[in-house]
Amino acid sequence: MPVRPSHSPAPTRSPAPLHLAVALDGAGWHPAAWREPGADADRLFTAGYWAALVAEAEHGLLDFVTFEDSLSLQSTDPDGPDGRTDLVRGRLDAVLVAARVAPLSRHIGLVPSVVATHTEPFHVSKALATLDYVSRGRAGLRIQISERADEVRHFGRRAAGGGATELYGEAADHVEVVRRLWDSWEDDAEIRDAATGRFVDRAKLHYIDFEGRHFSVKGPSITPRPPQGLPPVSALAADAAVYPFLARATDIGYVTARDADEARAAVAALPRTPHVFGELTVFLDEKPEAAERRLQRLDAAHGAAYTSDARVFAGTPELLADLLLEWREAGLTGFRLRPGVLAHDLPAITRGLVPELQRRGAFRQAYEASSLRGLLGLARPANRYAPGPDAPASPTAPAAA
Amino acid sequence: MSKPLKQIHLAAHFPGVNSTTVWSDPAAGSQIEFDSFVHFAQTAERAKFDFLFLAEGLRLREQGGEIYDLDVVGRPDTFTVLAALAAVTEHLGLTGTINSTFNEPYEVARQFASLDHLSGGRAAWNVVTSWDAFTGENFRRGGFLPREERYERAREFLDTAHELFDSWDGGEVLADPVSGEFLRDAGPGAFAHRGRQFDISGHFNVPRSPQGRPVVFQAGDSDEGREFAAASADAIFGRYGTLEEGRAFYADVKGRLARYGRTPDELKILPAATFVLGDTDAEARELAHEVRLKQVSGATAIKYLEHVWNRDLSGYDPDGPLPEIDPEPGENTIALGRASVRMNRDPVAVAREWRELATARGLSIRELVIETTGRQSFDGSPLTVAQAIDGLVQADAADGFILVPHLTPGGLDVFADTVVPLLQERGVFRREYDGPTLRDHLGLAAPRARALAPAHR
Ligand SMILES: Cc1cc2nc3c(=O)[nH]c(=O)nc-3n(C[C@H](O)[C@H](O)[C@H](O)COP(=O)(O)O)c2cc1C
Repeated sequence: MPVRPSHSPAPTRSPAPLHLAVALDGAGWHPAAWREPGADADRLFTAGYWAALVAEAEHGLLDFVTFEDSLSLQSTDPDGPDGRTDLVRGRLDAVLVAARVAPLSRHIGLVPSVVATHTEPFHVSKALATLDYVSRGRAGLRIQISERADEVRHFGRRAAGGGATELYGEAADHVEVVRRLWDSWEDDAEIRDAATGRFVDRAKLHYIDFEGRHFSVKGPSITPRPPQGLPPVSALAADAAVYPFLARATDIGYVTARDADEARAAVAALPRTPHVFGELTVFLDEKPEAAERRLQRLDAAHGAAYTSDARVFAGTPELLADLLLEWREAGLTGFRLRPGVLAHDLPAITRGLVPELQRRGAFRQAYEASSLRGLLGLARPANRYAPGPDAPASPTAPAAA
Repeated sequence: MSKPLKQIHLAAHFPGVNSTTVWSDPAAGSQIEFDSFVHFAQTAERAKFDFLFLAEGLRLREQGGEIYDLDVVGRPDTFTVLAALAAVTEHLGLTGTINSTFNEPYEVARQFASLDHLSGGRAAWNVVTSWDAFTGENFRRGGFLPREERYERAREFLDTAHELFDSWDGGEVLADPVSGEFLRDAGPGAFAHRGRQFDISGHFNVPRSPQGRPVVFQAGDSDEGREFAAASADAIFGRYGTLEEGRAFYADVKGRLARYGRTPDELKILPAATFVLGDTDAEARELAHEVRLKQVSGATAIKYLEHVWNRDLSGYDPDGPLPEIDPEPGENTIALGRASVRMNRDPVAVAREWRELATARGLSIRELVIETTGRQSFDGSPLTVAQAIDGLVQADAADGFILVPHLTPGGLDVFADTVVPLLQERGVFRREYDGPTLRDHLGLAAPRARALAPAHR
């Protein structure tokens, strides 16, 4: 494989623009974020709070926002509540939040998180298809697994344990079922043929007949194929052990590379994943010292230094732009940024970082597509069950592998 | 002094997967695009309706081993579409039918609590109990639930959900940046439920929602269903909209409430009904007949008969007489995926009754089906319809109606424009919403604490 020298001259062909997403969670990713001015922490459980954040992200022409979620109370303890009273606790269902803001936004992608290991893929598939309908093609899905013992007790129907490899295997099956269900209606299955009295052409509805280790699902979906065909699926890998899952199941993998070399390694490990995004927590101010000071102030309020699985960046939008473009050289196609404090760092992204990237020709000036797949440069996929244009006319012809 | 006039409750059932919807009409739009839902919901809100209602079916219906293709097929996910509708309406209640067999309490309670937050207190849950193995094939758990257990699970599901809703009392979130206390106490949301159907414990992660608990509806009709409703529901989505049947059902169900320490106005009875409006009664009747012919095509009539006969009747002429042969005994295998609302009677008896009716009146198969599938329909001029609805409510045949128009999405428009103003003039229907929540619209008090629910610990 040719290795690019690290100090190569600027490429003659300008590389593809970056994709940017923002991860919305509570008042922001720093544990003391909710105590900051303007954090609106008493409104976390209202629709208006989320609508305002999404409007801000859309103002910045971002590709999409993600909504964090879980089936247990947030905790620093992996097995159950930590009993703390000084941190944001409680959250609303991410799919419902995304649906609630969909009619109030027009361009930005909406990507809720779903825990694959406790949910029914049949329900998830139709929920995301419906999010795609209510947003007119802007739905995406972030899949996660849960290893938490308290979540197992919340459902009470499966044994704890299994280990991450097993759980990611189950999640991959889950995604496979979700996607087959999205395809279980051909796009033109609804015929409304008054002459024969048939509303649908049942030949264009397909049983998915999925049989896996953990579950079997018959299909078809009760919801017709969503506008995007297959809404993009994404997942986070906090370590390389999760890359095989990203490779199998996702259109967008988020990786927590700490530097350009790690980014390059992640990209090399995921050659067929359409998008590999870097994941960073960001604290942005006009002066680097101001960002550092703010992070220290937050740490002091919290009583501990902030740590994260992802790299923590505190600095100016210009310096962040430098870093993102350097990592783009490593092959990343975009970034999912976790604002340290949503009230402060989300506008710093939309009003500081975005204009800076635009000045450098590295980010869009206007929304160029109406669907999330369109924004991500992903074509609308053909339906796996539909005969293609070159389909053999006779059913006895040998099937393509 | 005469009794004060009862106030009517009205709701709108989004027409979809059923034999009411006339999809072949030139005015019929999409039953899946969000614009249809927006139009329908905003019309209902303009008319000051109590709520919008969505039914549910978790597997595409089949008949004779093939996907049923004569009715509308395809519907969106209930929670997702209701959450989106919360953004384009301000007052309208949002009622979703969610099954208690193919779901888990922690997840469903979270979804309803979230919907209640995101709608400012407008969520309602119609608990249905479909239990069949056919539907179960779409789910991890499979179709394991025996029919007899459906209400056991439903009851325990609802009790558990109430425990989760009640696990936050509403005062926990301080979000005080000065003191640094986000929560008043550590570990809110604690719950523990041990029963035959569920053995779960931990911490619910959605703070108490504006209504405390969503409003609860019930839709089953069996004795167990009625008892379940009397014990736990705020409203019933009923089947009986005529004067005699309605009064009998109303008296029966309301009579069961005292046993649970409840008063009659704590449970609203809202039968489903459709309507056809015309400038005159004669015109409406003629239109209604045309609608019925569109709803029940010859092919639809044969398919419908097969539900009862439980055998292939495709060789019969819909314009001819009823089959001489008797229904196939045993479990119905021909029609799968339909909520079994009319299947609990002996099919042989039903067939005999129908043959007698058809012979006496000289009805063909299609005419018989049109006759027997007609549910409560208010057909007439706006004044006739307003009087009929009001009459039934004042006579205690219902507390109001859940209206299912035959057209998507514009089927409610004329009703909103013509019948609603007449009901308002009669002083039996609101002109403005009194409060923000669905409980306000239905005149239901804030939920009482958990005390009434049987303990399962
Ligand atoms: C008016 C009415 C509407 C119903 N709507 C639904 C529905 O939308 N989805 C569903 O799965 N079941 C629906 N059901 C079925 C009931 O939940 C229940 O499964 C069925 O009536 C059998 O219970 P029962 O023997 O108590 O009547 C409905 C029942 C009635 C009476």
